[in-house]
Amino acid sequence: MPSTREIRRRIRSVRNISQITRAMEMVAASKMRRAQQRVTASRPYAERIEAMISDLAALQLDAEQLAAFPLLAKREIKNIEVLLVTPDKGLTGPLNSNILRRAGKFILEEAEAPVKVVAVGRKGSEFMVRTRQDVVAEFTGLADSLTPEDVTAITSVVIGDYVSGKADAVYLIYSKFNSTLSQTPVVQQLLPIEPKAGSGEYNDYIFEPTGADVLTELLPRLVEVEIYQAILENFASEYSARMVAMRNASDNARDLVSDLTLSYNKARQTQITNEVSEIAAGANAMRQQG
Amino acid sequence: MAKLTVEVVTGERIVFTDDEVDMVIAPGASGTLGILPNHAPLITTLAGGELRVKKSGQEYAMVVFGGFMEVTPDKVIILADAAERVEEIDASRAEDARKRAEDEISKRGATEDLAAAQASLRRANIRLRTAERRRSGRRSELPGT
Repeated sequence: MPSTREIRRRIRSVRNISQITRAMEMVAASKMRRAQQRVTASRPYAERIEAMISDLAALQLDAEQLAAFPLLAKREIKNIEVLLVTPDKGLTGPLNSNILRRAGKFILEEAEAPVKVVAVGRKGSEFMVRTRQDVVAEFTGLADSLTPEDVTAITSVVIGDYVSGKADAVYLIYSKFNSTLSQTPVVQQLLPIEPKAGSGEYNDYIFEPTGADVLTELLPRLVEVEIYQAILENFASEYSARMVAMRNASDNARDLVSDLTLSYNKARQTQITNEVSEIAAGANAMRQQG
Repeated sequence: MAKLTVEVVTGERIVFTDDEVDMVIAPGASGTLGILPNHAPLITTLAGGELRVKKSGQEYAMVVFGGFMEVTPDKVIILADAAERVEEIDASRAEDARKRAEDEISKRGATEDLAAAQASLRRANIRLRTAERRRSGRRSELPGT
């Protein structure tokens, strides 16, 4: 049985850890609230712009005209680019390994051509470098208060690679935020853009200046918004996962402290009992002698 | 009388939404557009400028900095690159931004910085012009005060 002093030392160290995890939990909780608000606030824009593109692509232009837009053009797939969005930091429970496992599965099993990686977030970038994947660009240290303009650099790398033919398809991999307790890794095709079927409600839109002009501006905007959205989803997922992980850690620490306190009291009691019986034995011996 | 549902959305938030609107005046890329209910379906790009929404005699003003607008007979959806309500404009900050941008432009010729400075100058000017027009407009609506 460990001595009382050893147990006391362990209790103290577990308490210290639980103080840290509790502080991290609270920090993550407040960041989480803000990140969740931002991700829900940005969804309508992404939905509307997608709907607008479907409306436009479905009715206004025939296949030949559509082919004139490089971002819509389908090519034979010889090279694939993956835009991997991950957190910069760890301590997020299973979130990071889930997203990295999903990305690994995509690259090794699902992709039908060699894959280049553009990493957003340090965890993804480190993982891809460690596993000797072809990392062509990395963006780290993004602030969770980022605006759509802040992703312009990422967007231009991706669109540049697609238009110049370095990649024939671009996929976006990120952790989708469902709720505080649930985040799922998602693989989503970013380029070429495949318009969904439009509502078909109106088929006589007037365009200003022209349909082609509108589409030319709308398409890169959609790519940017999807990337922006993915980054926000990633932040909301990261903070949610970290808060839950830290809450579990704090709870475990509390259980551990109460277990240890119990064994500490037992050990102390045993020690006292021993001492008492030694004294009693000593006193008895004295009396018999006298 | 028919009404319009109006939504002004940016990547970050919904700036304005109302489903009882009488008229929308928007800065289209090829000129200012006035949209009444039952307008023909229309999709246009937007320039930077003032966006006005009229509802039962009241008028709400916003600034938008580029974007798109989709019009259907009962709906106007504005996807702005950035937008803010007039009340949110901080005139002194816009004024500062304008001065800074002008300094920047006069000082250097580096192309990338120049473009950024010109863009922020444009934004500052739109903000100031809109805020200014609001203030003077309100005064003229209340004669005798």
